[in-house]
Amino acid sequence: MGPIIQYITSYLASDQTPGAAGNVFWMLVYIMLVFVGLSVAVIAMNWLERKILAHMQVRLGPMRVGPHGLLQPIADAIKLLLKEDIMPAEADGLIFWIAPFVVVLAAFTVFVVVPFGPTHAITDMNIGILFMLGVSSLSVLGIVMAGWASNSHYPLIGALRSSAQMVSYEVAMGLAVVSAVLMTSLNAEGTGTLSMIGIVQAQQAQGEWFIFKFFPLGLIAFFIFAVAMVAETNRAPFDLAEAESELTAGFHTEYSGFRWSLFFLAEYSAMIAVSSIAVTLWLGGWLRPFPNMLSGATWDQIFSFLPGATFLFFGAICFYNAVRMPKHPLFRIQTIGLFGFGVVLGLIGLVLCIPAVSVHIQDIFWFSAKIAAFMYLYIWYRGTFPRYRFDQLMQMGWKVLLPMGLGVLILTASVALLQQIWHL
Amino acid sequence: MLIGGIAVITRKNPVHSALALIVTLLAQASIYLMLYAPFVAGVQIILYAGGIMVLFLFVIMLVSIDRSIRERQFNSQWVVGMIAATALGGLFIAVYTKGTSIFPDRALPTVENDNTQKIATMLYGQYMFTFEIASLLLLVAIIGAVVMAKKRI
Repeated sequence: MGPIIQYITSYLASDQTPGAAGNVFWMLVYIMLVFVGLSVAVIAMNWLERKILAHMQVRLGPMRVGPHGLLQPIADAIKLLLKEDIMPAEADGLIFWIAPFVVVLAAFTVFVVVPFGPTHAITDMNIGILFMLGVSSLSVLGIVMAGWASNSHYPLIGALRSSAQMVSYEVAMGLAVVSAVLMTSLNAEGTGTLSMIGIVQAQQAQGEWFIFKFFPLGLIAFFIFAVAMVAETNRAPFDLAEAESELTAGFHTEYSGFRWSLFFLAEYSAMIAVSSIAVTLWLGGWLRPFPNMLSGATWDQIFSFLPGATFLFFGAICFYNAVRMPKHPLFRIQTIGLFGFGVVLGLIGLVLCIPAVSVHIQDIFWFSAKIAAFMYLYIWYRGTFPRYRFDQLMQMGWKVLLPMGLGVLILTASVALLQQIWHL
Repeated sequence: MLIGGIAVITRKNPVHSALALIVTLLAQASIYLMLYAPFVAGVQIILYAGGIMVLFLFVIMLVSIDRSIRERQFNSQWVVGMIAATALGGLFIAVYTKGTSIFPDRALPTVENDNTQKIATMLYGQYMFTFEIASLLLLVAIIGAVVMAKKRI
């Protein structure tokens, strides 16, 4: 037992990611944590999306299962698992069977390099951002396979639309990413990097998030990426691949039960993955907001209490709503459950307020909070934008975003060069 | 990689062939990774598996699959193919048997950490001219494709 415990504890002293330190135990722990965290995030997103969309349309949304429909995603998951698994007789068996797994694999593999903090990542590759873009572009293969193997018209059209859309927006996305990567090499000669952790550290060293760098160039590159990433994940207003009014459900029309839920899981985790690229490249990754304006030890102290305060706030909301629950005996269990949930959230908040804990946790918190903002944006887009027509989509991709991306890239490079020549 | 490659040429269904080709390309990317060339591997995944093969599949799916399966598979260049395959196989055997005298017997120092920077300095320094010629060639190919596709510009 001795050597094993020593092997496990030896990592705790290092300041590297488990992958870089080569510690298999902690690597597995991190993989499990990321996997569980993602699944919980997808479940939470499912509930939040329905609630927020409903409130945007002046409806109530799910209210029946659990207080305010909190248990609705669990009920949905059970329903999906119990459903019959149907495969169309004319479908291409093997490809139909593999397709959902390809999509899920591509969506989850990218999280290997996502930096939740300077040490909180599964591993750090020196081609991190390239790896993320490459693997997430593989998910389109799964979609095309699903659409073709279903051997039916709606899925095929959905898959064709999806592949055309993803290939064309990937170009603009790549150009925006390159202009951000260019900025990493500016503080010293030869420090340019593609590693996700390196990119955030470059922003830390330059004391500036890349969205504000060379204003407005960083902002424009971020805007291009923000549009392209919505198109890349097939979400509204670019959800032509699954436009329900035209194609019933697009590429996954023929899928049911568990396989369908795999597509659902992959879509949401892909959304989280591209948001984390945007957060890492432009929004300073795990760094706390206002690093320059509100700097100093006092502000560091105040910001380190925010993670705990957020959880305490959510716990307080739970208590408030538990008090407001109907006093009918039928609602007693739900009220007690909501109280319990509030107590759990409050306890988490209190634990996070301990300085020793919050030092290690707050970078994860800021990264997740920035991703959560993007998730809300996704829901907001879906609630407010009408769907694009396909020719408009292509026009937007090739005639607007691509020239903009090229222009931003050239301008960024020239400004950086001028800065180096004149030491501005 | 070999299994994927064999599947590419033996499947009758073109979509299955294309998918097998994707497996082959991904396996090739992993070989690059094992050779400590992560940048090349990443580019291989993005360009071939993520970009070009999607367009391949896109085109194949637009073609009627049923007809192409029923038609006789033609292969009129098998003589040339056999000669080329024999020559390549001979080359492989020669390299395998004489490998110790051709290549250095020690592994090269791995440059994993600044691999990307090394490639950049090589491409834009030493091999600048070749690189530009290759990009010019691609530009010509794009223009040619547009001219052929559109009769009236």
